[in-house]
Amino acid sequence: MTMQATPGQLVGQRVRRREDPRLVKGRGSYVDDMKLPGMLHLAFKRGDVAHGIIRSIDTSAAEAMPGVELVLTGAQLAEIIPPMPVATPFPAPDHHAVTPDRVRYVGEPIAVVVATDRFLAADAADAIEVDIEELPAVIDPERAANGDPAVIHEAFENNLAVPFAPAGTGVNPETLEVEDESALNEAFDNADVVVSQRMFSQRLVPNAMEPRGVIARFEPGNDELTVWSTTQNPHIARTLLAAILGMGQHQVRVIAPDVGGGFGSKINVYGEDFAAAAISRRLGLPVKWIEDRSEAFMTTIHGRDVICYLDLAATSEGKVTAVKMRLVADIGAYEMVLTAAIPTLVAFMISGVYDIPVVRCDLTEVFTNKMPTDAYRGAGRPEGIYFLERGIDMLASKLGMDPAEVRRVNFIQPDQFPYTTAGGMVYDSGEYETALDKALENAGWEQMKADRDAARAEGRLVGLGLSFYTEICGFGPSAAMPSVGLWEHGSVSVERDGKVRATTGVSTHGQGHETTFAQMLADEFSIPMDDITIVHGDTGQVRGGTGTFGSRSQVVGGTALLLATAKVQDKMRRFAAPMLELQPSDLSFKDGMIGPTGQEDTGVPFVDVAAFAYAPVPLPPDTEPGLSDEAFWEPEGFTWPFGCYISQVEIDRDTGELELQRFVGVDDCGNVVNPLIVAGQIHGGIAQGVGQAITEEAVYDEESGQLLSASFMDYAIPRARDLPRFELDHTVTPSPLNPMGVKGIGEAGTIGSTPSIVNAAVDALSGHGVEHIDMMLRPEKLWRLIQGGDA
Amino acid sequence: MIPSAFEYQRAGSVEEAIALKQGAEGDARFIAGGHSLIPLMKLRLAEPSLLIDIGGIPGLSGVSEDGGRISIGALTTHADLEDDAVLLASAPVVAEAAGEIGDQQVRNRGTIGGSLAHADPASDLPAVVVALDASIHIAGSGGERTVAAGDFFSGLFEVDLAEDELITSVSFDAPSQAAYAKLRHPASHFAIVGVAASLTVEGGVCTGARVAVTGASTHAQRLGAVEDALTGSALDDAAIDAASAAADVDDVNADLAGSEEYRRAMTRVFTGRAISAAASR
Repeated sequence: MTMQATPGQLVGQRVRRREDPRLVKGRGSYVDDMKLPGMLHLAFKRGDVAHGIIRSIDTSAAEAMPGVELVLTGAQLAEIIPPMPVATPFPAPDHHAVTPDRVRYVGEPIAVVVATDRFLAADAADAIEVDIEELPAVIDPERAANGDPAVIHEAFENNLAVPFAPAGTGVNPETLEVEDESALNEAFDNADVVVSQRMFSQRLVPNAMEPRGVIARFEPGNDELTVWSTTQNPHIARTLLAAILGMGQHQVRVIAPDVGGGFGSKINVYGEDFAAAAISRRLGLPVKWIEDRSEAFMTTIHGRDVICYLDLAATSEGKVTAVKMRLVADIGAYEMVLTAAIPTLVAFMISGVYDIPVVRCDLTEVFTNKMPTDAYRGAGRPEGIYFLERGIDMLASKLGMDPAEVRRVNFIQPDQFPYTTAGGMVYDSGEYETALDKALENAGWEQMKADRDAARAEGRLVGLGLSFYTEICGFGPSAAMPSVGLWEHGSVSVERDGKVRATTGVSTHGQGHETTFAQMLADEFSIPMDDITIVHGDTGQVRGGTGTFGSRSQVVGGTALLLATAKVQDKMRRFAAPMLELQPSDLSFKDGMIGPTGQEDTGVPFVDVAAFAYAPVPLPPDTEPGLSDEAFWEPEGFTWPFGCYISQVEIDRDTGELELQRFVGVDDCGNVVNPLIVAGQIHGGIAQGVGQAITEEAVYDEESGQLLSASFMDYAIPRARDLPRFELDHTVTPSPLNPMGVKGIGEAGTIGSTPSIVNAAVDALSGHGVEHIDMMLRPEKLWRLIQGGDA
Repeated sequence: MIPSAFEYQRAGSVEEAIALKQGAEGDARFIAGGHSLIPLMKLRLAEPSLLIDIGGIPGLSGVSEDGGRISIGALTTHADLEDDAVLLASAPVVAEAAGEIGDQQVRNRGTIGGSLAHADPASDLPAVVVALDASIHIAGSGGERTVAAGDFFSGLFEVDLAEDELITSVSFDAPSQAAYAKLRHPASHFAIVGVAASLTVEGGVCTGARVAVTGASTHAQRLGAVEDALTGSALDDAAIDAASAAADVDDVNADLAGSEEYRRAMTRVFTGRAISAAASR
């Protein structure tokens, strides 16, 4: 199926990823592959209790070990660097890179060792003796919200990080005050049907294939710091590192070499990164720290962990008249860069794809003795869509309606776009019914239902689930995150030999930008992809950027690059015009030639124009020599892809094991640059959604606060054998908000798939009186429901 | 995930391995495939001072059959068991159980001797060797000896193996009809519960049954009440249901993957499945 790359028509083709040969042959270059002369290694002494006061630390045995260069306790490090940054508008407790006085989650760093090799550093960290006075572990967020059994941060009464943040109908968005409850009350008072359900989007471990890592090299001779990092966003990392170290951004360079996945967990700059930079500056030597998998489970951000009390009001025809969500988000022990902002995204999703007149989302965020949460693939949108789509399914079930039909009567119609939700979100475009019909047809929905009923008649527990999603992509505009800014940057240089070097501020760590962006530029210039290099992930080479997260790379990064390309094309036309004795506006690019539009083959070769631009005799009037330009760009609003997912599951009556037998999807992410890469994103996204639905859950012991699912022996990410062949298709509804009409696809699969699967599981057990099941769908939980008990 | 420092020595023969173990100071451990020991070392839950690598000792690998008696060298990997022609023909239950272990990478490294000696309460092969009434052949400084598999496993990671002894091979009579059924842990692929059943059937009547469970309790063990219920039965659905209902063990494990109640119930379910599969072989 893979098409041969042909200049001039690459966008829209299944071009194979150019980065893959390097990566699959082991020729990539990751942080841990790099060795610098004189480099020292860090290891962190970590707390093994969930909550306690550090009474004493004895580092003497570690310091006495040959090869140990330095040991710093948290208190000593706090003398060099301030607490870590937070980019949300909410008040946050001090969060030190290494804790100076108290541990608040298992695995929190207490001290750092610097040694001549990694093994020695680990031995020395083991030799540090810490006396901790244990405090009760705060694990249940709803108990925590009453200060029970302890208060984690003294300045935050009852462990309330965000005590009450309402959004939606009747809420003043400026003051966050509830001003008018009447519409909400009226909707529920007048409802024919009300659905109410407590639900839980459980805590997850992101599990990037490559754990985190950092090398920091401070050069005392010129006061410059270079940091090699597994970051998704080197420019944000540069901003944060410079701020914490008290350096100028001109003195700091951050390089993200090949990075093996992130899923949001590598947006943050972590304590280990700040510690490494501070220690390198203190010693004047490069230092390296590589996270091991145990540390990754315990001390890289977790995702989700939101409880929702859903109330949904509707007419007897299934028309939803109001949705209310009361959320309790367990954000863990501290706030990282975006921690407190992530659950606020749930409110943005509350309308889903439906024309709902009244919505309301009340959010409370709570500290517990767990690893902080932050953005994990989907970040707030999977929670919101899951809660809503479960509610819609419960409504269908209550009214005896087909789950497809209850959705159909509530869809926002194509002529309503741009559509403003009751919560104030502006949707760019959508054709939901087309996608629904395509999914139903591809699945053979009526036949599926007949087959399910026949299987049920045999006593088999077969269930069907349907769900629909939309989500927020293409983060900007900057107004959505004023602390950071959400623009993107692209630059394009055509070198004097006609080869193209382009830079992008988004930082690929699996998304395939080296391919998709080269496809775009190859089409614009009409030259071979092989003549184009996409440079990313290095603040020393890429002038500006925000980074790769929130499914924004193609939308925002791609557009910036396209605009920079257009500027360089204009310059090339100005150089080519005198060569052809034509006006620049007459000229186009085709098959390596620049010439009169429609007769490009009569023009001049692209390479000749490039050479002329660097030796312009005579220089065309009002033109600078050279062919290079750049563009900053931010969108005026979010893009809203959407789709429909249909699942078929069968539950083993004897064991409770759930098998996902079919998965049918129709996604719409607007125009597609590379269908192969889009399919890859959807596959991976669905797999992670299947993980959340069926196999993944980060569980802390309620008493001890220990992370029980702390390795791949206990925490199951789905394997190929756990997944059916995904039956995928798409519709195309371009976004009007960017020139390519693209929307973003990185998170859609994760966002849309969990409700589809849980809806199917609930359907399978509907004969047992089951109305809702919380994720993950553990076999024992399902077995208990089949036995007639509670989950 | 960074182990403590340790010494490493490679043994060229069983005798050399035993001598190295006897002469070692501190905590010396034999290592073959390493797929149980190395993860524990990475977590510093095991910190041996010396690893004696027996993985390269010649003559301890492979499967052979002689007059209906099958012998498996201790260093035979799970992957080799899975594909072995002798086993597939004469004792498919062993190949079947080996193929259910972990994932391909684990099966490529892990060995039957290592699995039995380590005796993880959730590992698959202990149930199989107990059900097959296998003999475990052991060499040590005191010479060679043989222990019946049913007597070999005695508790949580506890086996009848002295400090300076190692397993050299496992042997058993080719079973008439045997099968293994397992509830797979979704993450580790260990057995939440695994049951091996070996039946002798004459004229439609079960004249002998050995049924063993792993994963449910501290160690692999026979399900005596099940065996008694099966013996003399016609192995019809009613008899199998009645026999599996008798499946019970003490000291039932409980963890995130399954409570005590669930494991007890699954022991009954997979006892039934193993017997049914064996009966239809």
